[in-house]
Amino acid sequence: MHPVIEVRDVYKSFKTVDAVRGVDLAIHPGQFVALLGPNGAGKTTLVEMIEGIQHPDRGDIFVMGKPWKGNEDELHRAIGLSLQETRFIDKLTVKETLRLFASFYDLDGDRVSEILATVGLAEKQDAYTVNLSGGQRQRLALGIALLNRPRILLLDEPTTGLDPNARREIWSILLDLKARGKTSLLLTTHYMEEAEQLCDYIMILDHGKVLQEGTLDQLLEAKTGEKIIEFALEESGSSIHRFASDSPFPIHWDPRNGRASIAIAHIESELPKFLRFLESHRAQLKTMECRRKTLDDLFTVLTGRRLSE
Amino acid sequence: MSRPIRKNQLYHLVAAHSREVSRQPAVLFWGIIFPILIALGLGVAFTRKTETVRNVAVIEQVTNGPGISAIDRFLEERTTRTSSGETDPRAYRLTLNNEKLGDTTFVFTRTDWPTAMIQLKRGRVAVVMDAEEDGTVVYHFDPMNPDAQLTYLKLSRLAGGEAPPGTTGQDVAPLTLAGTRYIDFLIPGLISMGIMMSCMWGLGYGMIDKRAKKLLRRMVATPMKKSYFLIAQMSVRIGMNFVESGLLFLAALLIFDISIQGSIPALLLVFLAGNIAFGGLAILTASHTANTEVGNGLINAVVMPMTVLSGIFFSYQNFPDWSIPIIQVFPLTLLADGLRSVFIEGAGIADIAIPATAMLGMGVVFFAAGLKVFKWH
Repeated sequence: MHPVIEVRDVYKSFKTVDAVRGVDLAIHPGQFVALLGPNGAGKTTLVEMIEGIQHPDRGDIFVMGKPWKGNEDELHRAIGLSLQETRFIDKLTVKETLRLFASFYDLDGDRVSEILATVGLAEKQDAYTVNLSGGQRQRLALGIALLNRPRILLLDEPTTGLDPNARREIWSILLDLKARGKTSLLLTTHYMEEAEQLCDYIMILDHGKVLQEGTLDQLLEAKTGEKIIEFALEESGSSIHRFASDSPFPIHWDPRNGRASIAIAHIESELPKFLRFLESHRAQLKTMECRRKTLDDLFTVLTGRRLSE
Repeated sequence: MSRPIRKNQLYHLVAAHSREVSRQPAVLFWGIIFPILIALGLGVAFTRKTETVRNVAVIEQVTNGPGISAIDRFLEERTTRTSSGETDPRAYRLTLNNEKLGDTTFVFTRTDWPTAMIQLKRGRVAVVMDAEEDGTVVYHFDPMNPDAQLTYLKLSRLAGGEAPPGTTGQDVAPLTLAGTRYIDFLIPGLISMGIMMSCMWGLGYGMIDKRAKKLLRRMVATPMKKSYFLIAQMSVRIGMNFVESGLLFLAALLIFDISIQGSIPALLLVFLAGNIAFGGLAILTASHTANTEVGNGLINAVVMPMTVLSGIFFSYQNFPDWSIPIIQVFPLTLLADGLRSVFIEGAGIADIAIPATAMLGMGVVFFAAGLKVFKWH
């Protein structure tokens, strides 16, 4: 099967920043892919190049096997998208906004009613877009993206700034879509939960490059069963540096919350070993907890920073 | 094959933009009612001739010489002291009544030289009267100011004991025939300027604003026809201009009793051609920038020269000969001259065919160029 989206060694620079520095990616039919990375990682630039809004300095992009140049009308009909920041005409109602966009795809009012039901805005159909809440606006943006029954859906941070409830509403719409299996999705996000919940394949992006990619299990090396031990010491946190270099496991120190963490695969044998190590350095534990490894931990290992930074 | 209208892009684009405009009462007020009020205000200001007040400063004489100066004698004999309390107690009034030209009142105020100069700079007075050592009257004024010159001419005759020109009005035959008054010249000009302003600001600036607010980005990421979007914006604006110009004409008809002497189809053709010319110009002007400050400057750069040069308020025939052929091809000149020829010269379709075609051509070229270079992001 040919990929529906193919990006080959794409570069894009602006005056002061190299936004995308050599990215390859391929999305197959029905696949849900996340671009995970902090703000400024180059996610929006990359996705807007795939959407045909920006043009790469170097490299090739194919959508449905075709380049954008010369195929704009056909490709616009095949994709649905929502931009990072979607502005609507203030004094148009939800329904009128959908009707307007539907007319661009030669669709009529029936499809608009379907979409209103899909994104749960039927009750709000006569409200002016200016009066919608953040979650409702994002659902309207998603509704517009879904109008033409796109084979490819490109969503740029669809839930940024939303409260957990509103975020879950968007997720459930996307999970329904995934269950039908007719749509491929590329979504950008800096929420690891969003990538974990929705996507089969995750690409971690930072400073315009893909740091690591794979399924969630592959990324977290689920087979090794690594766990994270997070702890804090009684004495001031920075004193960890005094003995960190002797530790049997690499210690990651987070100065923001004054906590440190290690990753271990076998709690039964390795945790006692670590506790003995702390004791030998007369370090008093204040707190300690054990949790499963997350994408955020992986990002920290790769960059020394957190996703939310 | 005609597609059902409920699926038609252009129909929905026009409908959406009309709703957007009509749901904001402030837009309707500033876009339609306000320009009419301004136009009527200007019309009234330029045509009222009921009473003209001419302020004159009189320098008080410090010499204690014998006898009284010519100015003092003139003031004592010919004018009336205005009752104290209401105005400056040292003010004198002289009113010349004239049915045809309107009444003229001279107000003389005694003052010293520095104060008179300040009043002159502020435009409070146009002429300063002073007396030489020997008692003869001297008039100080800016010879470039026609109003000051007129005051001087009337005043010097008065002070010399003669009746100033036009006092009796027997030799004056005012032109009251419809079409020959200043207001008849002014109204078509104001309608033209209204069309230009509405297109350049309403349409042009409106589009720059939409671009700055990133409203256009999402729309062009669809199979929407870009030309349809611009045509829809233009159509709604032309519709608004039609209402605005119609109301302005109606008001002028009621207040100033103006009339259309030429053919109505010719008028509509010139009107439409002018709208298309300025619609295209607005789209070209607004085609690139997403910065509203730059947009302000760009639009002013287009609007200002035409407002000044195209003969809206006063005929451009007074400009240097070499400049007139250039001025005559400005779209605003074409539109104003075209409307005037129908309104007051009785022109028909044949008479306005050339300017109308020129404006249509400009509109199409500007529109096509604007569409070609239009930035949607």
